[in-house]
Amino acid sequence: MNPWRNIWTITKRELGAYFTSPLAYVFIVIFLLLCGFFTFFVGGFFERQEASLVRPFFDWHPWFYLFLVPAVGMRLWAEERRVGTIELLLTMPITAWQAIVGKFLASWLFLALALVLTFPVVLTVNYLGHPDNGVILTAYVGSWLMAGAYLAISCVTSALTRSQVVSFIISLVVCLFLILAGFPPVINVLEQFARPWLVDLVASFSVMTHFEGFQKGVLDSRDILFFLSVIGFSLFTTSVILRTHRAG
Amino acid sequence: MIKVQNLAKAFGTKRAVDDVSFSVDRGEVLGFLGPNGAGQATTMRMNTDLLSPSGGSVTVGGFDLAEHPIQARRLIGYLPENAPAYTDMTVHGFLNFAAEIRGLRGDARKKAVNRVVEMCFLESVLHQSVETLSKGYRHRTCFAQSIIHDPDVLVLDEPTDGLDPNQKHEVRQLIRRMGEKKAIIFSTHILEEVDAACSRAIIIDRGKIVANGTPQELRQKSEWAGAVTLRVKGVASSAVTTKLYQVPLVKRVTVVDEKDGHVTVRAFPKAGANGALAQAIGEAAHEWHIEQLQAEEGRLDEVFRSITMPDTVKEAAK
Repeated sequence: MNPWRNIWTITKRELGAYFTSPLAYVFIVIFLLLCGFFTFFVGGFFERQEASLVRPFFDWHPWFYLFLVPAVGMRLWAEERRVGTIELLLTMPITAWQAIVGKFLASWLFLALALVLTFPVVLTVNYLGHPDNGVILTAYVGSWLMAGAYLAISCVTSALTRSQVVSFIISLVVCLFLILAGFPPVINVLEQFARPWLVDLVASFSVMTHFEGFQKGVLDSRDILFFLSVIGFSLFTTSVILRTHRAG
Repeated sequence: MIKVQNLAKAFGTKRAVDDVSFSVDRGEVLGFLGPNGAGQATTMRMNTDLLSPSGGSVTVGGFDLAEHPIQARRLIGYLPENAPAYTDMTVHGFLNFAAEIRGLRGDARKKAVNRVVEMCFLESVLHQSVETLSKGYRHRTCFAQSIIHDPDVLVLDEPTDGLDPNQKHEVRQLIRRMGEKKAIIFSTHILEEVDAACSRAIIIDRGKIVANGTPQELRQKSEWAGAVTLRVKGVASSAVTTKLYQVPLVKRVTVVDEKDGHVTVRAFPKAGANGALAQAIGEAAHEWHIEQLQAEEGRLDEVFRSITMPDTVKEAAK
C-alpha cells in the first residue's frame, strides 16, 4: 500500500485530535496574543519607524517557540503510551516511520496554521509602509523550519516518557540550549575564554545563528540543511526509541 | 494460521518466556491461561509484534512476523488489555480511522464500519466521544476495531475484563461464533471462560507451557475428575466411610458434611477408574437411603492451581 496514504491517515487523525481538544485553540490564541503584544508594545514596532518585521516580530519567535512548541509536541507519543493506544498503533500494518512522520507532519502543519494566522501583522506593515515582502516570506519559511526543529526534538522527548510534563520540561531544556548556543550574551561570555573555532562550533548548533539568515531574506542552503537535519536526526532518534520499546 | 516456535523473551537475566511453541488453526479458539507474571502477557505481545522475541519465531498465515511484519500484521486483529481507544475521537471516527489504516477505502470502509457496528451493538453510541463511553461500550469499540478488517487471526488480551456478566456472555458468544472461521487466541484469568468459549487451552507458568489440551482433557488431570459425591440419610459417617473404603476403586474418602442424620461424603477414584466409580459406589450403598449420587467432571480451577502453584506453597499446603 502507498506509504503516503498511511502517513496521511495518521496526519488527519492527529490534526483532528488537536482541534477536538482545547489545546489547538488555546495555543493559537496565546501565540497570536504574544505575537501582537511583543511586536507592537515590547518590540517597538511603531517607534522604529521602519517598514520591517524582522526585529519587532520575528526576533521573538525562537523564544515563543521555546515553550509553545514543546506544549504542542509533548502529547505526540507520551499520550499514546499513557492511554495504551500505542499498542494499537504499533500493531497496525504500518511502519513505525509512517507513524512518526504522520504525527510530526500533523503538528508541523498545525504550527504552520498558527503562523499563517499572524497575517494581520503583515497586512499592518504593508498598510503603513512598503516592506520587502520577500524578506518577510523567507523569514516565515525560516520560522516554520525552526518550529519544525523544536517540534522534532519534542517528538524525541515525548517518545522517551509517558508523562507529558516530563516530556515538556526536557524538550524545553534542549531547545533552550539550541537558542543559548547562539544567543549574543552567551557568545560574548564564551569568547572571553574559548578559542574562536570553539565559539563558532558552539554557535553553529544554535537555531539563532541559522534563523538570522532567513530574517535577512537569505535562503542559505546551509541554514535549510541545518533545520532539516535536526528534524531528520530527531525523527530517526524517535524511531530508535520506539524500536527499543519493542525490544523490551 | 498462527504458529509459534520456540519463542523466548528475556528481560535482563529474567526469562519471562522460555521455549514456548504452539499453533492455532482456523476454526480453533485457544484459551491462554496463566497466573499473573507467568509470561502470558509477554507472549501475547510477541504474537502481535508489539515486542520482539529474544529467540524463536511467530508465523502468521505463512508470514514470519520478524521478516514480513506488515504482511503478517495485516492478518491479525488485536484487542489489547484494557481496550485502549483514542478518547478524543467519536466511535464512528475511531472505527473509520481503524478501517482506513487497514487499507479500507470508500464503500469497503463504510461496509466494514457498518458491519462491526452491528456486530458489537454500537449504534446507540456511534457519534459519542470515546471518552464519555462506559467501560463496556469502550471495550466493544476496541473489539470492533480489531475485527474491522475481518482478520484471519484474532489476538484478544483479556477480552472480558471489567465487563458485567451480560456483556461477558455476549463477548464469549461473539468469540465462539467468530472462532468457527478464524484462528483466535485469547488470554484470560477466568476459568469458566475456557469452558464457555475455547476449543483448546494452554496453561503457562514461569514462562513455560505446563498444560495444553481441550478443556475436557485438562479437567481429566484434576484429582476431582471422576470423584463421586454421595449423600445418604440415617447412617453414621464412620459406617459410610468404612463401607466405601472397601470399594476397590476408591482411593480416598472425605466427609463433606454431617447434619441431622444426613451425611455427605466424597470419594476420589484410584488411577484407571475411568468413570466407573459412581456405579461401584451406587452398588455399595444400595441398602441405604441415597439422597444424592453425583459424579464430578473435574475442576479446571483445581488443575490450574495444582499446576501453577509454586512448590513452596504446595509443600506448605500439605
